[in-house]
Amino acid sequence: MPSATPILEADRLVKVFGDSTALEGLSFTVAEGETLGLLGVNGAGKTTAMNLLLGLTTPTSGTVRIFGMDLWKHRIKILRQVNFSSAYTSLPSNLLVWQNLAVFARLYRVPHPKQRIDELLEVLDITQLRNSVTGRLSAGESTRVNLAKALLNKPRLLLLDEPTASLDPDIADRVRKLLRRLQTETGLSVLYTSHNMRDIEEVCDRMIFLHGGKVLAEGTPDEVKTRFNQASLEDFFIGVARGEIEAIGIQ
Amino acid sequence: MPFSFHTVSALVLRYLFLYTRHPVRFVELIFWPLVDLLVWGFLTIYLQKQAAGGFPTTITFLIGGMILWDVLFRSQQGVAISFLEDVWTRNLLNVFVAPVRTVEYVAATCMVGILRVGVTLVVLSVVAAAAYGFNLAHLGLALLPFLANLLLFGWFLGMVSTALILRWGQAAESLAWAVPFFIQPLAAVFYPVSVLPGWLQPIANSLPCTPIFEGMRTVLSGRPIPWGIIQNAFLLNLVWGALAAWFFAANLRHVRKTGLLVKVATQ
Ligand SMILES: Nc1ncnc2c1ncn2[C@@H]1O[C@H](COP(=O)(O)OP(=O)(O)OP(=O)(O)O)[C@@H](O)[C@H]1O
Ligand SMILES: [Mg+2]
Repeated sequence: MPSATPILEADRLVKVFGDSTALEGLSFTVAEGETLGLLGVNGAGKTTAMNLLLGLTTPTSGTVRIFGMDLWKHRIKILRQVNFSSAYTSLPSNLLVWQNLAVFARLYRVPHPKQRIDELLEVLDITQLRNSVTGRLSAGESTRVNLAKALLNKPRLLLLDEPTASLDPDIADRVRKLLRRLQTETGLSVLYTSHNMRDIEEVCDRMIFLHGGKVLAEGTPDEVKTRFNQASLEDFFIGVARGEIEAIGIQ
Repeated sequence: MPFSFHTVSALVLRYLFLYTRHPVRFVELIFWPLVDLLVWGFLTIYLQKQAAGGFPTTITFLIGGMILWDVLFRSQQGVAISFLEDVWTRNLLNVFVAPVRTVEYVAATCMVGILRVGVTLVVLSVVAAAAYGFNLAHLGLALLPFLANLLLFGWFLGMVSTALILRWGQAAESLAWAVPFFIQPLAAVFYPVSVLPGWLQPIANSLPCTPIFEGMRTVLSGRPIPWGIIQNAFLLNLVWGALAAWFFAANLRHVRKTGLLVKVATQ
């Protein structure tokens, strides 16, 4: 792993909502240039973890350090170099694509915004959507526009919550390749949640499998498969979801 | 407190795009105030005719009250609707994960309040002058502090509305419209505080807008500008501003803790 201080450090994160515990002491790190996949069944705590890392939700206990700084002490400074895209947010539907990107380019103080926007539209193959009304885009088109927004500020850390959820296989493949390329070219670090095992195997250097708000397994996709004696990540996933794998006993 | 005008300008840019892309939004800004103005204007004319000169010309209180009330109302709406716009379009998370301080976000919604007030004020004062011979400039030097106080109080009510929506979700949306009307009966917009029952008067007098409407009537009656009243309004605004900021911050903290911020933003 390249640098000594991790880009992202989650330390014993606990999140309690009323009488249910979404995260039970979650700890992990993301190294510089690394793509970490966050897997888990519905309700495992992936989105909760991501919201804590973005400062959208405050932890019940535990700390988040990004670029070596405490998130809640240096939130603005950190957020300048972070970005986020999710299948559950969208850009204002009543503006044109370029207008939305121009607003966020200004928010993130992107130098030469016009140039940067054109560049991203091109990379994501959506140049033709420049003057479209954001709200009229198809789900996959809108996902790509969201991704363009997420890349505007050339983030050092990118958090993606199910970014390929609504993409067709061709575009999903392109997005994976783009992420791979950005990673090698710019040393971008990514935290990635997905229910698509192919995403995880192709994009992620390492994965952690969340279950009941805790890390159940951690390692490269191959390591996890080997350790749990599964033919594929999908089998592993289904095994955990149905309670068969926990029974086998881990660690 | 660190604060970036650049960030505020980016957020305001978003609203400018919105209004220029949908000119129909200006209709909403102009239509309702105009309807109000026509009703109060004709009522004024009718009352003046009935009184056959026996009535003081200060009956123009009604038009003045209506216009100044609209300043307060549009200012509150600017703040609350700008926020709702982000909720409706599921954009709130994008803004909250961007390097935007809460003060900058609130300041941007306040700027939209100013823009909305500006548009309505220009239209109303022109129409009131042309149709009813009511000249806002009769308020003279007092006009600026009057407007400033109403604008400020509108912002604070807007922040309170926003905090309520944060906390109670879109179900509380109608509050965005209702909040100013909760206080309207006490604000002495069209009648003096003295007509209120005694026990309500102290409550009425604790609103920063009440002295302004009283002051407006004083000036329109040809008496000197009541600087004491204006000062009083500014002081009350200081208190209300502090309370609104505290209320907003407390609710934001609460929704960050309960995860409701994300729920409001993605529902
Ligand atoms: N604001 C909230 N209030 C109460 N409970 C919540 C809240 N947000 C999440 N939870 C609960 O926390 C748990 C984890 O939810 P989370 O959304 O993080 O799961 P997830 O791993 O992202 O699932 P999915 O794969 O379905 O997206 C769930 O049991 C959920 O019901
Ligand atoms: Mg989720």
